[in-house]
Amino acid sequence: MEKKDVILSVRNLDVSFKTTAGDIHALRGVDFDVPRGKTIAIVGESGSGKSVTVKTAIGILDSNGRINAGSAEFNYARESGEVIDLDLLKLPQKEMRHHINGKRIAMVFQDPMTSLNPTMTIGSQIIESLILHYKTPKAEAEKRAIELLDMVGILDPEKRVKNYPHQLSGGMRQRVVIAIALSCNPDLLICDEPTTALDVTIQAKILELIKDVQEKLGISVIYITHDLGVVAKVADFVYVMYAGKIVEKGLIDEIYYDPRHPYTWGLLSALPDLDTHDERLYTIPGSPPNLLHAVSGDAFAPRNEFALRIDDYAEPPMFKISDTHFAATWLLDPRAPKVEMPPELRARIDRMLKEEVQKHD
Amino acid sequence: MIDYTKEPLLKVENLKQYFPISKKFVVKAVDDVSFEIYPGETYGLVGESGSGKTTIGRSIIRLYDPTAGKILFEGKDISGKMDRETNHLLRTEMQMIFQDPMACLNPRKKVADIIGEGLDINHLCKSEEERNAKIARILEKVGLAPEHTVRYPHQFSGGQRQRVGIARALIMNPKLIIADECISALDVSIQAQVVNLMRDIQEETGSSYLFIAHDLSMVKYISDRIGVLHLGHLVETGTTDEIFANPIHPYTQSLLSAIPHPNPRIERERIAQTYNYYTSGIDYLSGKLRTVEGTHKVLATPEEFETWTSTHFEYHG
Repeated sequence: MEKKDVILSVRNLDVSFKTTAGDIHALRGVDFDVPRGKTIAIVGESGSGKSVTVKTAIGILDSNGRINAGSAEFNYARESGEVIDLDLLKLPQKEMRHHINGKRIAMVFQDPMTSLNPTMTIGSQIIESLILHYKTPKAEAEKRAIELLDMVGILDPEKRVKNYPHQLSGGMRQRVVIAIALSCNPDLLICDEPTTALDVTIQAKILELIKDVQEKLGISVIYITHDLGVVAKVADFVYVMYAGKIVEKGLIDEIYYDPRHPYTWGLLSALPDLDTHDERLYTIPGSPPNLLHAVSGDAFAPRNEFALRIDDYAEPPMFKISDTHFAATWLLDPRAPKVEMPPELRARIDRMLKEEVQKHD
Repeated sequence: MIDYTKEPLLKVENLKQYFPISKKFVVKAVDDVSFEIYPGETYGLVGESGSGKTTIGRSIIRLYDPTAGKILFEGKDISGKMDRETNHLLRTEMQMIFQDPMACLNPRKKVADIIGEGLDINHLCKSEEERNAKIARILEKVGLAPEHTVRYPHQFSGGQRQRVGIARALIMNPKLIIADECISALDVSIQAQVVNLMRDIQEETGSSYLFIAHDLSMVKYISDRIGVLHLGHLVETGTTDEIFANPIHPYTQSLLSAIPHPNPRIERERIAQTYNYYTSGIDYLSGKLRTVEGTHKVLATPEEFETWTSTHFEYHG
């Protein structure tokens, strides 16, 4: 991929947290790229390090966190057309807050009630960053706030700008948060579980909204979620994370129709299937490893029914499946025995592929 | 298989739960809802936030005093003033599992005391040994180890904490368990573990569940029958197959269309249906629950019922 096509490129990110119990090695060498104008999704269980990854990249890591190694190359074009290339991890915090946070990279958090200020009207919260970053005159900023509210689908924006967050429903609040995030025309939007606190009906609407503005404004989006249904709707590229590492990455179709890592198999199998009447849901046995202790070999091996002997002492490298599809499991080594995905999952994927054929008839 | 000819375990008739906010303003959280749950059955209540599903659960177990209506549990009325005996019946035979396992477990108590609290209060154990044996047995059933009894809630992971919440409900050997969004706070893979556990327990003990959730794919998986709530009204009810195969009410249709499918090629193109009560021209108050077929009922006026059911037999255009 050409460098210009990648807006954010994170390499070998290694982060640990100091706690009273000892150092927690939360990220153990994470690599990912965000192609310009595309959507990537980072998927994993809670505690796998997906939030820590993006928080580190945009400089809002908790105070007990330490970056041991890594880089996060970010590039953007100034208004003058000059292209700026920088490593976000080396940028001083002050510079980061002034030029990057909110202006170039904006973030939408999980719970819209806690990310909005209850004592300010939503209008003044939207214009806050405009005035700060661009020194827009107040009257103009207010006009822009109404435009933004209109764009995120809030009816009667002229009246709504004067409302306080508690006067809005959960879905409306999340729309306001998105409007704030979009106010400075960011190049990159990060959505950390944007719909987990919302109902299914509203969830679908919010996802459609984010997709819509992305197409209109041509921004890049990072989704962090554990919901594979959400990922199916929005993502172009998927990164599956486990215990502080990326274990599989690929185009969305490759991950859903041709998963190779046993952990991805588990995640996909655990989804309840609307079309069959299985007696039991598939579960991944055991629980994620405690990262207080050093991980030897493959971190997923103790929960993996297909684990090989080598998994106990050697960490698998990323094996290449296609130009875009990689997975870190020894099962892909040419010397490994041939292991197929569980038959139930195979059957489900075959059915999903057929569904499509019927639809296009 | 559930025997629907038997007397229902729980019968809710025209339940109303109002919350007066000021002299002029009353929130009608639940407005005229009726349904019943049979022994050994799982009844799923679904709806968006604010539809009153949690309120119904809390009214049934008497965390609220119902404004009007009747709740019959094992033939006894538990909606009004209860005598000692009925109160005891309610507090032992009906249990609740809450949404957030961190918030509902006392952080200053050890797991053994959290689980054993119901036994202690109701004086159900004669000796200390009997109590400890019971706790150990229930812990094993929910997949926790005996040494966990001396731990505190914060020393567990989210899924384990929810197991403690389930163990606390199960130790009373209840006939009805109200599970209020008990898996929403958990990860997908942990959700599957908890749901499997709940099913296993039901098979073993034959208890009934009132399963309250907004995640329809899980509800479909676990429930025998489903009730769809909107703005405090039960708009549609029926067996899981009836609701999913043939949703009649426009709200149910929009709810079903919003379920994300783990199939990217279909999901990318799909747009969820919208439903707005205030612009739809539907008035829940003038409607009545009308039978479509079997146990499948929908809230509608005669004209609405006519149009909604007839369109199903037209060509798709």
